Amino acid sequence: MTLNGWLQLILYFVVLIALAKPLGAFMARVYEGQSTRLDRISGPLERLIYRLSGVNPQAEMNWKTYALALLLFNLFGLIAVYLLQRLQGALPLNPQGLGAVSPDSSFNTAVSFTSNTNWQGYAGETTMSYLTQMLGMTVQNFVSAATGMAIVVALIRGLRAAPPLATGGIEGVGNFWVDLTRTTLYILLPLALILAVVLVSQGVVQNFNSYQTVLLLQATVDGNGNAVTQQVLPMGPAASQIAIKQLGTNGGGFFNVNSAHPFENATPLSNFLEMLSILLIPAALCYTFGKMVKDTRQGWALLTAMTVVFAVMTLIAVGAEQNGNPAFTPMGVDQTASELQSGGNMEGKEVRNGIVNSVLWASATTVASNGSVNSMHDSYTPIGGFVLLFNIQMGEVIFGGVGSGLYGMLIFAIIAVFIAGLMVGRTPEYLGKKIEAFEMKMASIGILVMPLTVLVGTAIGVLTTGGLATIYNTTPAPHGFSEVLYAFTSAGNNNGSAFAGLGANTLFYNTALGVAMLIGRYWIAIPALAIAGSLAGKKIVPAGPGTLPTHTPLFIVMLIGVVLLVGVLTFIPALALGPFVEQLMMMGQQAGQ
Amino acid sequence: MTIHTHKARSLFDLPILKRALIDSLKKLKPRNQVRNPVMFVVFVGSILTTGLFIQALLGQGEAPTGFIGAVSLWLWFTVLFANFAEAMAEGRGKAQADSLRKARRDIHAKKLAEPRPGAKVEPVSASTLRKGDMVLVEAGDFIPMDGEAVEGVASVDESAITGESAPVIRESGGDRSAVTGGTRVLSDWLIVRITSNPGETFLDRMISMVEGAKRQKTPNEIALNILLAAMTIIFLLATVTLLPFSIYSVNAAGQGTPVTVTVLVALLVCLIPTTIGGLLSAIGIAGMDRMIQANVIAMSGRAVEAAGDVDVLLLDKTGTITLGNRQATAFLPADGVRVEDLADAAQLASLSDETPEGRSIVVLAKEQYNLRGRDIHLLGANFVPFTAQTRMSGVNFDGRQIRKGAADAIEKYVSDRGGIFPATVRAAVDNIAKEGATPLVVADGQKTLGVIHLKDIVKGGIKERFAELRRMGIKTVMITGDNPLTAAAIAAEAGVDDFLAQATPETKLKLIREQQTGGRLVAMTGDGTNDAPALAQADVAMAMNTGTQAAKEAGNMVDLDSNPTKLIEVVEIGKQLLMTRGALTTFSIANDVAKYFAIIPAAFATTYPVLNKLNIMGLATPQSAILSAVIFNALIIVALIPLALRGVRYRPVGAAQVLRDNLLIYGLGGLIAPFLGIKLIDMILVALKLS
Amino acid sequence: MRSQLRPALASLALLTVLTGLVYPLIVTGIAQIVFPQQAQGSLIVKDGKAIGSELIGQSFDDPQYFWGRLSATEPFPYNAAASSGSNYGPLNPALLEMVQGRVAALKAADPDNTQPIPVDLVTASGSGLDPHISPAAAEYQVARVARRRGLDVSTVRQLVAQHTEGRDLAVLGEPRVNVLELNLALDATASK
Repeated sequence: MTLNGWLQLILYFVVLIALAKPLGAFMARVYEGQSTRLDRISGPLERLIYRLSGVNPQAEMNWKTYALALLLFNLFGLIAVYLLQRLQGALPLNPQGLGAVSPDSSFNTAVSFTSNTNWQGYAGETTMSYLTQMLGMTVQNFVSAATGMAIVVALIRGLRAAPPLATGGIEGVGNFWVDLTRTTLYILLPLALILAVVLVSQGVVQNFNSYQTVLLLQATVDGNGNAVTQQVLPMGPAASQIAIKQLGTNGGGFFNVNSAHPFENATPLSNFLEMLSILLIPAALCYTFGKMVKDTRQGWALLTAMTVVFAVMTLIAVGAEQNGNPAFTPMGVDQTASELQSGGNMEGKEVRNGIVNSVLWASATTVASNGSVNSMHDSYTPIGGFVLLFNIQMGEVIFGGVGSGLYGMLIFAIIAVFIAGLMVGRTPEYLGKKIEAFEMKMASIGILVMPLTVLVGTAIGVLTTGGLATIYNTTPAPHGFSEVLYAFTSAGNNNGSAFAGLGANTLFYNTALGVAMLIGRYWIAIPALAIAGSLAGKKIVPAGPGTLPTHTPLFIVMLIGVVLLVGVLTFIPALALGPFVEQLMMMGQQAGQ
Repeated sequence: MTIHTHKARSLFDLPILKRALIDSLKKLKPRNQVRNPVMFVVFVGSILTTGLFIQALLGQGEAPTGFIGAVSLWLWFTVLFANFAEAMAEGRGKAQADSLRKARRDIHAKKLAEPRPGAKVEPVSASTLRKGDMVLVEAGDFIPMDGEAVEGVASVDESAITGESAPVIRESGGDRSAVTGGTRVLSDWLIVRITSNPGETFLDRMISMVEGAKRQKTPNEIALNILLAAMTIIFLLATVTLLPFSIYSVNAAGQGTPVTVTVLVALLVCLIPTTIGGLLSAIGIAGMDRMIQANVIAMSGRAVEAAGDVDVLLLDKTGTITLGNRQATAFLPADGVRVEDLADAAQLASLSDETPEGRSIVVLAKEQYNLRGRDIHLLGANFVPFTAQTRMSGVNFDGRQIRKGAADAIEKYVSDRGGIFPATVRAAVDNIAKEGATPLVVADGQKTLGVIHLKDIVKGGIKERFAELRRMGIKTVMITGDNPLTAAAIAAEAGVDDFLAQATPETKLKLIREQQTGGRLVAMTGDGTNDAPALAQADVAMAMNTGTQAAKEAGNMVDLDSNPTKLIEVVEIGKQLLMTRGALTTFSIANDVAKYFAIIPAAFATTYPVLNKLNIMGLATPQSAILSAVIFNALIIVALIPLALRGVRYRPVGAAQVLRDNLLIYGLGGLIAPFLGIKLIDMILVALKLS
Repeated sequence: MRSQLRPALASLALLTVLTGLVYPLIVTGIAQIVFPQQAQGSLIVKDGKAIGSELIGQSFDDPQYFWGRLSATEPFPYNAAASSGSNYGPLNPALLEMVQGRVAALKAADPDNTQPIPVDLVTASGSGLDPHISPAAAEYQVARVARRRGLDVSTVRQLVAQHTEGRDLAVLGEPRVNVLELNLALDATASK
């Protein structure tokens, strides 16, 4: 890597960590119901929403009511997105006259956006009307993110709650409607508004025009030998949607190639900001967590664990991509990095981003369950692709989705605390709350979701003709396997990125991945809320020398170890048959030359 | 500290070993296996591979017959080894139970019509006795059932229960009235009121505890079982899906054959946490066993586990922190009083005082001032015993009224009679109290004679013990009836964290509740009937075997040695129990990495020969690689039985350091050990031409 | 359950209006006032007609033009209405064939050029619309373009330098050459 490459990486980490604290502190104020600078604007809107929805913002919910409210809200959202797609032909704001989306694709997309996965089985510019993009995609980008953040806040409240005696007998975890509304009004909307305008300044389009036809400087020919003299440039309200898809770890792009598209991500600066937005809220939430449990060290510990894993994984991938494709070398192709070119494996990557910004984005979007891309993951080297796959397979807890990443990480922390607690000879406790059979049951259910959706899904995919039919890279065999594995990994962990060669807009994949996304989201969310409820009813054991501290380097190492080990042990056989074999094949070829 | 007598059985006692071998076969019953989800998976896998082996014998094998047979055989061994571990742990308890049972033979009892000596005696069988019956036990008789002495005093041999051969005194009234069925009266006689029905006696409960018959899973064990079950399901999914993955790979790559079921079962068994799964119940039983070796009978496994979590230890000062007896060490006369006169008065007042303190005053007076003890009856003196109201004792003779007692009681006594309590005496009293000693003031009528300095003797080594506890994160609270000043001084000398002075049963109970409301787990010891409410409230309550029946019933463990300091040992055993589980879980999971390296390249050797680059151990053939992993997986269970039974070594250091050390030993060790072990087994297989 | 129905429906409706209509409209309003050029797609207008976007590449295979990245869009390269990458895996024979084809085309257009070929010139971009090549890829083609157009190498090199963008804020991204703008400038130079 060049010196500039290192500089860019370091700059990214420094800015990210520097922003985590102020934003995290602000979010803590929002969730504690304290006054903020946005009260003058957001306050009246907030109260209006409560009044019109018949919500009493003071009412505490127990975890079951909270979960019910959340599920109902998501269900209605899912139905709305489905109907919008099916009916868009008859609805306004459709300058291209795009027709109804197929039922299976509509289902897949509706699940995808309500579950904060934002897997795209479709190509935006040729499928979705402006109205669908706005009322369907953009809205769910906000509220699915807000849903995730609401859940983690509920869990944090459970972790720090005094026993129910002190709170009037309700083992309350907050009020879902309040958390949803405040997250949207105070956090997501202001950030998205700022980012959207900055993105426009960089060249990201924002209009309601129909697609723009331009003349080509040099005519070209299409596949059938017909002359092509024009280029049709897609338009639309892209910036407003892109801002929130990055901030809310959604990732569903306005255009087919997502943030590789110059209209979605025009310059290195827009690239930096979009990339920063991927991890901004997940990182800041760690600080919010620390602030809310009144021990910021706890938040820093989680953030450190996440950052360390992310940095290491990123460096591995940057190294692999920068090394390039050994098969090109004998053709006289120069892949070395210099001041004049970024070199490396440039297949599927943009020149303005080069290797470092492509891989840093790819790594960030996979550790977070964002799933937006600025380069094509399918064309990564085997080790580069392995990093992206494994980033997701760690369960989307290294930063992870907004909210969902942190509650996933807290579930892992509970497991780490449990094993560590046994090893020091004391019933485990996290932040003074005893971790007992019920918490372990829920945490276990949480970690079971991964092998279930990913491994079973992939098994079905590679056994059925429906699954096999649309594998794109059939040679070499392991890469085709990786495509299917990646699809289910991405869906089951609500990431949304893809080895995009796989043709996923088919009945089989729309259905199978849709189901995987549903399971992947709610199978963890509900147990997380159950843990919140159970912990809320427990006494806080004061810490002493016999208590295992959960903010020390030792615990961070332990936590990283548990996350890695669960991922490794679950997926090593599958990874062996995908990227590992492919890498060994690549090394074999190299040796053979 | 106690000297443990006969209970320290060697880890591999021959008869226990023999019985365990037979039991491990008996435990193959499916009903037994299904209770442990991890081992049940191995059990099913063994049956499955046996079926495949038979199929292969019939010429339909999916792999070479010898290979399937070998895998199948070692899977059965894995099951048997786990059974063996459990049987070994149980065997130790059973041996203990056998010796206890000998004490429970049917005894002829002398039932009394009414509770007085000389009442009509009816000989009956002990098994017909019921709660409330009265029996007479004379020298040479066995006590037929648990009960309470209502009359008489006797020396009793309780070695059948406690293992302690020295006889103990049992007498009616007071805190030494409880007698246990199966023990034998050596001299004198007792009238005993039976306090339990047949089958519910202490001995019965003890037998069922040590046998593990009523062993229920403890909360932590349940939580761990859930985690292990989840891991098992994960590995089950990871292995089962490998078959479709393999079929795809074979089809897409156009070479090789899909992975066999035998290999998949082998992989599954290697991956699921069999090491901890196989040893889990053994660890629990062994924990109880270690309690028994410490001569403590826990009424439930839950109590043992809770002991490891204790945050606060309530310890009685007397007998636990200090030697039972305070001793008089000096006489400090008031102004104008000769020290000999003070000593003389003090001795007179103490002649009839049979408490150790009283006796020590007599002795001190004799030693320092050559005052011989006199017979109180010859003096025609009247002894005035101690009462809770007066808080004084003394004698009345020759018109003298000599009293000794607490300073404020004497002050009141003196001033009531128009005397004055001299300031110098007050100063001396305060000084003594500040030193942690007990001042006893002596007065003759209205005249204050001076002060006796009674010193508490803190037990040797106790301070270090408390420092250890502090490092473990356990707070010690001293409970004493002394005034706060005295208590503070002794607390400082003994190094406890806190103290409760002028304790009453009510303040004790209140303290426990306060601590519990704060989320802390409280442990305490007790022996008296007035301790019972506090014992019932405490999370870990150890009653002394010498204590009253009420105390023993309120507690959740009984110390047969009646040594309150034992509580510290119990805490360690509880911690050790959890640590052993945690360590072996970590070890078990860490092992999997090496097993993947052994099995994955082997399983896909025909489809992707290039995967052999991952065979970093250089195992000879795919079959020897898989077999070596399976064999290692089975043998490691046996290799770790001693650790499971003995427990992970416990050191009193902070949690962070314990975690670091155990992670290094069992985490890192668990990562590395199987690489060496599997390679070694592979080399042996090659050498024996079995690969 | 029933008590949560109204909040669920009402909040969804209200948040939809807020985030799905009000928010994009506000962004569009600001964008159209403050950054109208960028918001409309950074169009290059010549004689009142849009002839391309600064941000969207076009296909060039005439040796007198600088060539851009390969494009895998269907049914023709640089089809902006259907962005797409090749999605070829690194060991896919089709990828190697594609690279080989570009290498051969470059060599055919400039047989004497023995420099190693910069990798971005033989690989397809992720979007299929990459407007840039690396300065190295431009330099590789300078001699060919100069010869075909009868221009001095130094003139062409100067044009390349004029259309080379450095890193944003001196750190971010990679130095790059905008192919469409460079080729437009070439045409403008030739016609003098």
